[in-house]
Amino acid sequence: MWTWFYKLASPPHVFRVAAAFVPWLLGVAALALGYGLIDGLAIAPLDYQQGDAFRMIYVHVPSAILSLTVYTVMAAASAVALIWRIKVGHAVAAASAPIGASFTLAALVTGSLWGRPMWGTYWAWDPRLTSELILLFLYVGVMSLRSAFEDPARGDRAAALLAVVGVVNVPIVHFSVVWWNSLHQGATVVRLGAPKMPGSMLWPLLAMWLGFMLFYGAVLCMRLQGELLNRERQALWVREAIKS
Amino acid sequence: MSSGFWSMGGYARYVWPCFGFAGVVLGWNLWSARRVVAAARLRARRALEMALAEDASR
Repeated sequence: MWTWFYKLASPPHVFRVAAAFVPWLLGVAALALGYGLIDGLAIAPLDYQQGDAFRMIYVHVPSAILSLTVYTVMAAASAVALIWRIKVGHAVAAASAPIGASFTLAALVTGSLWGRPMWGTYWAWDPRLTSELILLFLYVGVMSLRSAFEDPARGDRAAALLAVVGVVNVPIVHFSVVWWNSLHQGATVVRLGAPKMPGSMLWPLLAMWLGFMLFYGAVLCMRLQGELLNRERQALWVREAIKS
Repeated sequence: MSSGFWSMGGYARYVWPCFGFAGVVLGWNLWSARRVVAAARLRARRALEMALAEDASR
């Protein structure tokens, strides 16, 4: 029953699975993003307070959720690699870091573009914005630490440790709007109880969310293939994969 | 498309750059991931060729 789970520690198995998943993940992500964009930009009704500016939610919220999700995946993979010494864990963490950093930057930039017309400023040292900026610094720190060591194994361990310690920032980002006074609005979708949005606005958001998640899955699988090839360059399975 | 769609109720200067930046991030992720895989394949191929050349010279 657990055979499939144990196989996740095997680089050649993960390489094959990742390669097989990429076209499917990209295909479904393109469909979800296409639907979400058309519905979100052209069909969803205006917000009664924010007008058309609310449409920025369709890229800002999925980017922000992804920034936290990717960090959680990176920290979990790092913990698995540190505790059970599974090399694939380090590869998953290394592949996730640049993706997570880019979506954290996207959340900050799209959020500031939304903040200018709504709050009157591109940036404020607000708890949500500040903790999201710290998340970006954590991603950059993890990537820098990994490449700062001559011995890749030491770099992996140091980066994994920082990733695991830094995961404490994830709930701080999420609950910052509850714990402190904040310019940022409270949770609309990811909250206990029903979402605060009507279905006509919610469906395109869920489609964009799904599209971003599947897109992350696809680019993670692609980067993971690259990481495994680099790390296992001398292994027999890599030679056979390259020959074929 | 009507001009109302492109003007986004007067918020076009915020809405379109917002979607544009998200598009750039998605595009960069796809491009860089493909580049990482291609570079790793090239390095692995070179390692294989060197190993084969060493075997042949023995």
